Amino acid sequence: MEAVVDELPVILGAFWLTVRLTVVSGVISLIWGIVLAAMRVSPLPVLRGAGALYVNVLRNTPLTLIIVFCGLGLGTVMNVQFSQDDLSLNSFWLSIIGLSAYTSAFVCEVVRSGINTVPLGQAEAARAIGLTFLQTLRLVVLPQAVRTVIAPLGSLLNALIKNTTVAAAIGVMEAALRMKNLFDSHGDAIIPIFLGFAAGFIVLTLPLNLLSGRLARRLAVVR
Amino acid sequence: MTTRGATVLYDVPGPRARMRNNALTLVFGVVLLLVAYLVWAKFDEKGQWDGKLWEPFLRGDTWTELILPGLRNTLAAAVVAAVLALLFGAVFGIARLSDHRWVRVPAAVVVEAFRAIPLLMLIFFAQYGGSLAGLVVTEFAAVVFGLTLYNGSVLAEIVRAGILAVPRGQAEAGYAIGLRKNQVMRMILLPQAVTAMMPAIVSQLVVLLKDTALGFVVAYADLLNAGARVVPANYANLIPSVIVIAAIYIAINLALGYLATWLERRSRRSRKVAADPAAAEMAGGEVALAR
Repeated sequence: MEAVVDELPVILGAFWLTVRLTVVSGVISLIWGIVLAAMRVSPLPVLRGAGALYVNVLRNTPLTLIIVFCGLGLGTVMNVQFSQDDLSLNSFWLSIIGLSAYTSAFVCEVVRSGINTVPLGQAEAARAIGLTFLQTLRLVVLPQAVRTVIAPLGSLLNALIKNTTVAAAIGVMEAALRMKNLFDSHGDAIIPIFLGFAAGFIVLTLPLNLLSGRLARRLAVVR
Repeated sequence: MTTRGATVLYDVPGPRARMRNNALTLVFGVVLLLVAYLVWAKFDEKGQWDGKLWEPFLRGDTWTELILPGLRNTLAAAVVAAVLALLFGAVFGIARLSDHRWVRVPAAVVVEAFRAIPLLMLIFFAQYGGSLAGLVVTEFAAVVFGLTLYNGSVLAEIVRAGILAVPRGQAEAGYAIGLRKNQVMRMILLPQAVTAMMPAIVSQLVVLLKDTALGFVVAYADLLNAGARVVPANYANLIPSVIVIAAIYIAINLALGYLATWLERRSRRSRKVAADPAAAEMAGGEVALAR
């Protein structure tokens, strides 16, 4: 227990990094995922094909492989740099590229299935009363799609929080790697340290679960 | 009336829309080709398409000596962990439905806790905690331990949802003809639930297979280790090697994915199944989504 109390600033710092990884890559993958979803539901076969290719490749590749590709492939071999002198900043952004590229494929599928759950009759009725494409989208399709998408997006965000630990593969000092380092320096306090980090993740994910569950129930579309 | 070809967002294109779509197809086709060319050119700049870097993959010994042993280790970890996780999932999934509070509550706590803890932390804990207890924990054991607990907890939720998706009348009919609790579970609920759960279980096994790649972090000699450490150490071709390895993972996962779709279609067709596969999958799918 003492070890956890002594190292509390270090532990909180590690979780702060986890939170930053989650927020930044969450925002990027939300935007990129919506773009991909728009491609996949578009009437143009070229865009549909490109979107489907991206999603199927990224979804079926292990996240660890993607992050290693970003860290070693893009970072070391291709020499992609975000900062000349700060190596940790470099691996931070490289792992964000990997996390966002991976998560956006799942966001795309969630958004796409959200749009597809809106019954066709809704859009036909909208067109029949003379709404334009944008009006149909804004007033009829999206309000229903957004509601069905809330709960799955919540569990995606939850998975993203846990997935940020994979950035440890390229040496980002987030919670999991920091925990391993503390194991090394406090060999006698492995169980308290583990419980401390586990509690940290539960604190991060539990409120999110409750919130997205409650939102989903309140916003559910009655059909 | 539903017109064929119309989607929620787009009506069937008329002559003008078809013209516009053709023009846009051309524009976006060119843009995508341009993007592909730029990516190709960037990698070309660093000589990544050099035949020298790709040539090792045409030789048999690269495969038999370096890549296939990694693939074998990945599959070994995945199979052992899958069997253990299915057992764990079945036991805890059923335990969560128990009539006894002292069984139900601890099972729920275990399942919820292991679902909330990242897999990598479980793997690290297995390594360090095991040596604390005086055990020699191999990388294989640590990876299997983590995969079993994490995926087992997710499978427990799938099992629970699958059993709950069997219509209540089935169990009631079982009790009415005098079956005992375990007979109802064994002879009535489980056989019907398993069929309904099949697609969700297979999807979770794809997740499990993908997660074996985390063994890379603790230097388990798996497929990713072969592709990102062993092969590049011999031929200095990290990017080609990782691309080849990714293709292997994608091929295996796509094959399992098709299996899941096929199973789902089959269980939808079969009239014997009372439980709705979609309901079981919803519960599983929600947790299985990203991992």
